[in-house]
Amino acid sequence: MTNTDFTLAIEDLTVSFDGFKAVDDLTLYLDKDELRVVIGPNGAGKTTVLDLICGKTKSTHGSIKFRNEELTTLAEHEIVQAGVGRKFQTPSIYENLTVYENLEISFPSGRGVFGSIAFKCTDEVDKRIREIAGEIFLDTFLDMEAALLSHGQKQWLEIGMLLIQDPELLMLDEPVAGMSVKERDQTAELLKRICKGRSVLVIEHDMAFVEKIADKVTVLHQGKILAEGDMQTVQNDPSVIEVYLGH
Amino acid sequence: MGEYTTQELISIFAMQGFAGISLFSVLLLMALGLAIIFGQMGVINMAHGEFMAVGAYTTYLVSVLSEQYFPSFVPYYFIFAILLSFFIAGALGYLAEFALIRHLYKRPLDTLLATWGLSLIMQQAFRSIFGAREVSPTLPEWLLGSYQPTETIDIPLNGLFVLGLTLVVTIGVFILMYRSSWGLRVRATVQNRVMSGAVGINTKKIDRLTFALGCGIAGIAGAAFTTIASTGPTTGSLYIVDTFMVVVFGGAGSLLGTIVSAFSIAQGQSILEFFISGSMAKVITLLSIVIFLMMRPEGLFASKVRK
Amino acid sequence: MNFIQERLLGGKNGMIGIAILAALIFIILPATLDLFRLNLVGKYLTYAFAAVSLVLLWGYGGILSLGQGVFFGLGGYAMAMFLKLEASDPESTKIQSTPGIPDFMDWNQLTELPWFWEPFSSFGFTTLAVILVPGIFAFIIGYSMFKRRVGGVYFAIITQIIALILTVLIVGQQGYTGGINGITDLKTLNGWDIRDDSSKYILYFVNAILLFGVIFLSRYVLTSKFGRLLLAMKDKEDRVRFSGYDVSNFKIFVFVLSAMIAAIGGAMFTLQVGFMSPSFVGIVPSIEMVIFAAVGGRMSLIGVVYGTLLVNFGKTMFSETFPEFWLFLMGGLFIAVVMYFPNGLAGLWDKHGYKLTNCIKNLQCVNVAKAFIDSKRKTKVDVAND
Repeated sequence: MTNTDFTLAIEDLTVSFDGFKAVDDLTLYLDKDELRVVIGPNGAGKTTVLDLICGKTKSTHGSIKFRNEELTTLAEHEIVQAGVGRKFQTPSIYENLTVYENLEISFPSGRGVFGSIAFKCTDEVDKRIREIAGEIFLDTFLDMEAALLSHGQKQWLEIGMLLIQDPELLMLDEPVAGMSVKERDQTAELLKRICKGRSVLVIEHDMAFVEKIADKVTVLHQGKILAEGDMQTVQNDPSVIEVYLGH
Repeated sequence: MGEYTTQELISIFAMQGFAGISLFSVLLLMALGLAIIFGQMGVINMAHGEFMAVGAYTTYLVSVLSEQYFPSFVPYYFIFAILLSFFIAGALGYLAEFALIRHLYKRPLDTLLATWGLSLIMQQAFRSIFGAREVSPTLPEWLLGSYQPTETIDIPLNGLFVLGLTLVVTIGVFILMYRSSWGLRVRATVQNRVMSGAVGINTKKIDRLTFALGCGIAGIAGAAFTTIASTGPTTGSLYIVDTFMVVVFGGAGSLLGTIVSAFSIAQGQSILEFFISGSMAKVITLLSIVIFLMMRPEGLFASKVRK
Repeated sequence: MNFIQERLLGGKNGMIGIAILAALIFIILPATLDLFRLNLVGKYLTYAFAAVSLVLLWGYGGILSLGQGVFFGLGGYAMAMFLKLEASDPESTKIQSTPGIPDFMDWNQLTELPWFWEPFSSFGFTTLAVILVPGIFAFIIGYSMFKRRVGGVYFAIITQIIALILTVLIVGQQGYTGGINGITDLKTLNGWDIRDDSSKYILYFVNAILLFGVIFLSRYVLTSKFGRLLLAMKDKEDRVRFSGYDVSNFKIFVFVLSAMIAAIGGAMFTLQVGFMSPSFVGIVPSIEMVIFAAVGGRMSLIGVVYGTLLVNFGKTMFSETFPEFWLFLMGGLFIAVVMYFPNGLAGLWDKHGYKLTNCIKNLQCVNVAKAFIDSKRKTKVDVAND
């Protein structure tokens, strides 16, 4: 594989589970400052693609390069440390900790065993936590136990936990699931704001939301790319219509 | 091994191998019950050995009672004892699930501790009822004696019987789990509890019956056990670790894995036992399995799944 | 100062707890118990090291080890080997066919000291070995299991198998280990007789000081970000991993640390009790350590010390009077703690302790009772009026 200018370059990526190809020969490039949305029917392999990028699933063959660094051979935490952040489909936060503590624990220092024992919450850390909390609309909830947040607020908190690490690639799996209309609008704004200076990869089902945020849309079907382009082109693509409305 | 002739070595392997078969049978019967409970339900039952002891004591009781009151029944009591062991151990398992296990499904480590507590209580109950001494039933005559295919090889009949019994139970479990609608429901519950509930499977009842079935099979293992050794209050606890190893080594949830694993552990141990001391044979068997599990935690047989 | 108060003593409430426990162990028990009973308490307090180690590993880390007896035993055996060598000088063993080696080796026809016994004639090496041998052993087990993401019940079962292996090995290799009887007849430590009364007092206090040291160390670790990460991993391991932490390293560290803590307890056990045997290594002692922690409260460093003392006093008392009853009680205790008091004594104290302190403070109980009676009376009147 040659080096590229892309933030993320996925080439010929395949993974098979006992012969079933969940992702089949996928090639996808992501630019800096780009917000890409991946859509597709259930079982299209969208979440698996995220799993492959962040190392949760090992690929059968193919390459994933992040700033020209091969990710397929790295461990999960190394991928995160390289600058890839990932939000899970269901909000994955520490329910028993407060919002503040959730953000503090995600702060990217004291990541080793001994570093974490010696870690101190300095003014700089504190300032950063408050700044992020403001961005994710939770600055008045800092001392609240995370379990008590609404579903939408939990989604934001998890995004905040990624933002505090300042990743260059941010991957969000259904970020507006379970959100109210107002929360969806706020999230759309948030995503537009945070994609400056980094690349964002979003999986989403809500088409109205996709329309609001996407630079470019990739449609996945049975592990392969069915169509790619701006929302307009993709929506009018006959093969996409066939997959979504056919059968 | 220089001091043995080839002829002698073959005999040694055949006889130790057969001694291993008896161990294999008991281990497999124990492990089948445990594999159903652990593999299918994810519950660790540390009292499983005691359910085996329940079967063994039941057999002993039936033997004593029939000797005393129905001497003419003695030749046949063993078959009856096997069935009774199954039902008594199963009924106790049903109770245990109802009183204890069902509250702990979400806390597997705590289940382990609670069932350990249950095992202590059961052990003490055996001691209070039957005394600390080991007991054994009088075996009917048709189980005694041996079969001699050659002059140097001597295979005890009780071993053959236990092997046959194990075969029948294993096939029974296979049919029940993979060829019956009940087994389908059990497997469905394992795969997706919420969905199974939604399509009208009574998952609580399935859990209770599965647990009872596992314990009942342990009861059969106990009945089989009486033919090869005597039973004491701590008999069950001696076998529980080995049984867990069989299940984990074979790969949880795989019937074939459990059989292969019980076979290799029992054979390895009893053939090694002839050449080195019993304790070293045990150490080597256990250690090889621990090392194997460190290399391949999923066990011998496990399929790759999409999570 | 602030650092000491917050990180070692656990804030104001923690300080009160520590002070009460310290008063009990350093003043009340030594002042009220005869030497025999005090020595017994000293023995129990060595188990408390194992219970504290389980707070780190099981309470916070969510990793249940059913093999803490292995590390307790390794620490104890390392110390026993040193003491045994000192007790086996050629002068006092001259009636043996090979003088100068431990008696059990002579009985088993060994004619020279095995190589792995040699370094244990040095006290410095022994002190290091007490901590490092169990530590390295735990590292090997932890590394091979946690790097492959083995956890939960699998880890519990495998540590139990390891406890079994070690006991069978010790019992089977009696020429090298003293077999089922263990290593007995230990007399002096660098010439200092550990059996006389004054030494027993000194060892009791050394043990108690070490125990508090270990509690402070554990508190320091648990109140750091490390402790919060352990809790976070117990809740959402994947989230921690995908926040850039190498989860396995944290687990390995806490496992090694807990092994070392248990091992110190083992070494102190040997010194105070005067022997070490496989019956403190195997499956049963290991799981008993878990019950000490469970009864005391798996999340409380102070609670588990009380838990250890209580269970052991109970055991001693019942096995003297009704030995039959003890196993029923022990079994019942396992079930009750798991089902009804998952946070043990410490949990009960957190839930109801304040009522007790309040009662003492302003006799509120009387007021509460009065209010209760009044309300009853009132409802009765109401019912009568209807």
